[in-house]
Amino acid sequence: MGNYIIRRLLIAVPSLLGISVVLFCVLALAPGDPFEELATNPNVPAEVRMALRQKFGLDDPVFVRYFHWLGAMAQGDWGFSFVSRIDVDKLILQRLPVTLFVIGSSQILALLIAIPVGVYAATRPYSIFDQIANTLAFIGFSLPTFFTGLLFILLFSIKLDWLPMVYRSDVAATGWKWYWEHLRQAIMPICVLGFFQAASMTRYVRSAVLDVIRLDYVTTARAKGLGEKKVIVKHVVRNALIPVVTLVALQMPAIFGGAIVTEQIFRIPGIGSLLISSILANDTPVIMAVTFVFACLVVFFNLIADVLYGWLDPRITYR
Amino acid sequence: MRERELRGMIRDVKEGRLDRRSFIGRMIALGLTAPMAGQMLMHAGVANAQSKFEYKPTKRGGGGTLKLLWWQGPTVLNPHFAQGTKDQDGCRLFYEPLAAWDEEGNLIPVLASEIPSRENGGLSADGKSIVWKIKKNVKWHDGTPMTADDIVFTWQYARDPATTAVTVATYKNIEVEKIDDYSVRVKLPKAQPFWAEAFVGIRGMIMPKHVFGAFIGDKSRDAPANTKPVGTGPYKMTDFKPGDLITGVINTDYHIPNMPHFDALEMKGGGDAVSAARAVLQTGEYDFAWNMQVEEEILARLESGGKGKAVPALGANIEHVTLNVTDPNTEIDGERSSLKSKHPAFSDPKVREAFRLLIDRKAVQDHIYGRAGVATANMLNGPDRYRSKNVAWEFNVEKAVKLLEEAGWKPGAGGIREKDGKRLKFVFQTSTNAPRQKTQAIIKQACQKAGIELELKSVVASVFFSADPGNNDTFSKFYADIQMYTNGPQEPDPGLFMDTFKSTNIATKDNKWQGRNPSRWANAEYDKLATAAESELDPVKRAAIFIEMNDILVKDGAVIPVVWRPLVAAISNSLRCRISGWDVNTGSIESWYRV
Repeated sequence: MGNYIIRRLLIAVPSLLGISVVLFCVLALAPGDPFEELATNPNVPAEVRMALRQKFGLDDPVFVRYFHWLGAMAQGDWGFSFVSRIDVDKLILQRLPVTLFVIGSSQILALLIAIPVGVYAATRPYSIFDQIANTLAFIGFSLPTFFTGLLFILLFSIKLDWLPMVYRSDVAATGWKWYWEHLRQAIMPICVLGFFQAASMTRYVRSAVLDVIRLDYVTTARAKGLGEKKVIVKHVVRNALIPVVTLVALQMPAIFGGAIVTEQIFRIPGIGSLLISSILANDTPVIMAVTFVFACLVVFFNLIADVLYGWLDPRITYR
Repeated sequence: MRERELRGMIRDVKEGRLDRRSFIGRMIALGLTAPMAGQMLMHAGVANAQSKFEYKPTKRGGGGTLKLLWWQGPTVLNPHFAQGTKDQDGCRLFYEPLAAWDEEGNLIPVLASEIPSRENGGLSADGKSIVWKIKKNVKWHDGTPMTADDIVFTWQYARDPATTAVTVATYKNIEVEKIDDYSVRVKLPKAQPFWAEAFVGIRGMIMPKHVFGAFIGDKSRDAPANTKPVGTGPYKMTDFKPGDLITGVINTDYHIPNMPHFDALEMKGGGDAVSAARAVLQTGEYDFAWNMQVEEEILARLESGGKGKAVPALGANIEHVTLNVTDPNTEIDGERSSLKSKHPAFSDPKVREAFRLLIDRKAVQDHIYGRAGVATANMLNGPDRYRSKNVAWEFNVEKAVKLLEEAGWKPGAGGIREKDGKRLKFVFQTSTNAPRQKTQAIIKQACQKAGIELELKSVVASVFFSADPGNNDTFSKFYADIQMYTNGPQEPDPGLFMDTFKSTNIATKDNKWQGRNPSRWANAEYDKLATAAESELDPVKRAAIFIEMNDILVKDGAVIPVVWRPLVAAISNSLRCRISGWDVNTGSIESWYRV
């Protein structure tokens, strides 16, 4: 397996290089200028803008800029933001914990809902519970997160005034109050993302369990007199969850993408909102770095999914 | 109104026959900015009026936390790197200039102990030298006293091209020398009517020499203080997350007694304008939100919650339409809209006038901008209460039709007017922004009635305002018949802004379309006046020149002012603050307090 992982990592290198070339070219070809705000300001002469462009290497040919970027990247230098002139890695590291916290919690919430509901629904297919769960799941994944996000704000922040609508990265409180305040402001974004995930996962869990529950070994387990609970938990769920685990791993990058919008709505200072503000400001180094991080996540989680699958299911071998 | 009448009026103010406010009101009516009028009085020895704002707290601190919400968070805390207003707002929490412009356009001292004038010997008779005296009790946030060395350093820092300061143009051509520890002399290369530029207002933030001294030129980006400001302002920074959050605590050594009122401050960034307005006006989570680009209808509904109100910050930004007098469809020597070409329709003043009559500015104000855009006939505008009732603009389709008929444009196929085989069919471009697209639609509708067909085009703002010479959709290339955007003097003197329309500033291929005059409009008389204004030292004569320039520009019709656009801020009912349209939003943050 060690060999397999090393081989996969080596294959990842050229694919990441390819991704970086495409990203860089698209960004370089896209029109726009990080110094747009200076353009309509009569107090800033055009020479200042031109000097800045030249200084930051914006006037160099694309391939020169790319190799410059690649060379610096290989040495661990991510470049600096044109707008804030702060190193990009600092900016990203500053934002990453919040994103991981929100996404991680929402994933956990989604699993906590999806697994019990999906399993229960599958053991009693077409019952009232199953019907309701199905309907809710359909509604859940049909509603986009930006819509449910606004709905939550309207309901819980404005009408009921229970939860704050603005997320703050540093809460001015200590001890238990600090945790409580953090939780309070994170409830809405975590729920929005978590419910959305839970909806599609519930249906997946349900169908996976339904597939397994009809198999002969389950009948055998029941026939030898095992309790229903033991049959479901030990024999059915264990096997049914193998594809679910893969799905969760494969979906991780998509969740990062979905979190971009949610972060913007709730003003969560994560990498998603960093990406949006950088795109608006044409801050190429930051856009490049964030999208590249996303690309790495896709490659990385694909690898994790494959490795996990083999680990959980001994029938799979690595060659 | 000419020079002699202006002098008469100033004498009236001096002798008390005319009050200050009505004088300024009349100057505004002539198309002058309020600060210019104020400057005229100052020059003539009439003291600055005391501003109405009253600071009530009698001790420093005790006000709790001030919560500010910027829907685009500041990303830079070095004022000489600050590109946009959001960054300038953030920098001003910690850094201060020698003097700043208040809401009535008066120059008020901040770090300076007095405003230089002819009377106190601060201004030399030849207009080439200014002496600034600075306060003696000012300390940097780390406790080091501020001296004249810091002022001289600020000049050296910003003027070095390798520092890549956005303020380099302000400091490049001047000389600054230390007289003693608490005064400096600024020497201008030539006599300048508007001398209050260096060390004043947005571009005048003073930097500490002991902190930035080692980081001048190429090393400027490495300064740790770029993200950990050490200034003289009323609050000290505690935490800065670019684009997200700035927190600060009270500066107990602040140089003005009893200020500031708040113990701590927080400036949150991100999100969008509507929800920011909601957080102040409806839920009351925040005290102040910036730049409410929100439709009037929504603002009014949010305000009905009673927790706060939306207040326009009076500035001079003007949304205007430009008619291309050159031909955007013919390429000459590798450029379209070349000065060597002539627009088939807009080179005729009658067509330009007809088009001006087709812009329903009142509808634009009522249905789109509300209090964030006031219909106007002038390119130069001032605070609302001083706005002229005498200067007129008109929306009149019949009159426009008559003018077009006179000019020989007769209805052709599909009701579109034509003449010599050319049809009145224009491309109208602007940046992508909901109010702008609605304004385009209003103009298009009126044009249809008059037999002009408009093709509406919108370009993403970052492309439209880009300096990229390779892109054909930029406002400076102007490869369209008509375009619309906002521009205006950032600081009270309209000199630089009015220079925009000088023919030497026209954007062409030769200057890589970097010229500040994308309109292609050229007028010999205007040029002559603009040149005269650049070196005219007498504020009264200069004022008369600007009035004439405004009139030429507006009457010619190639540039059509639509609405004057103050920035609207949402302010909680419990917060007392003043915002000057001639300075950043946080320009007077030291005097904000809660009741």
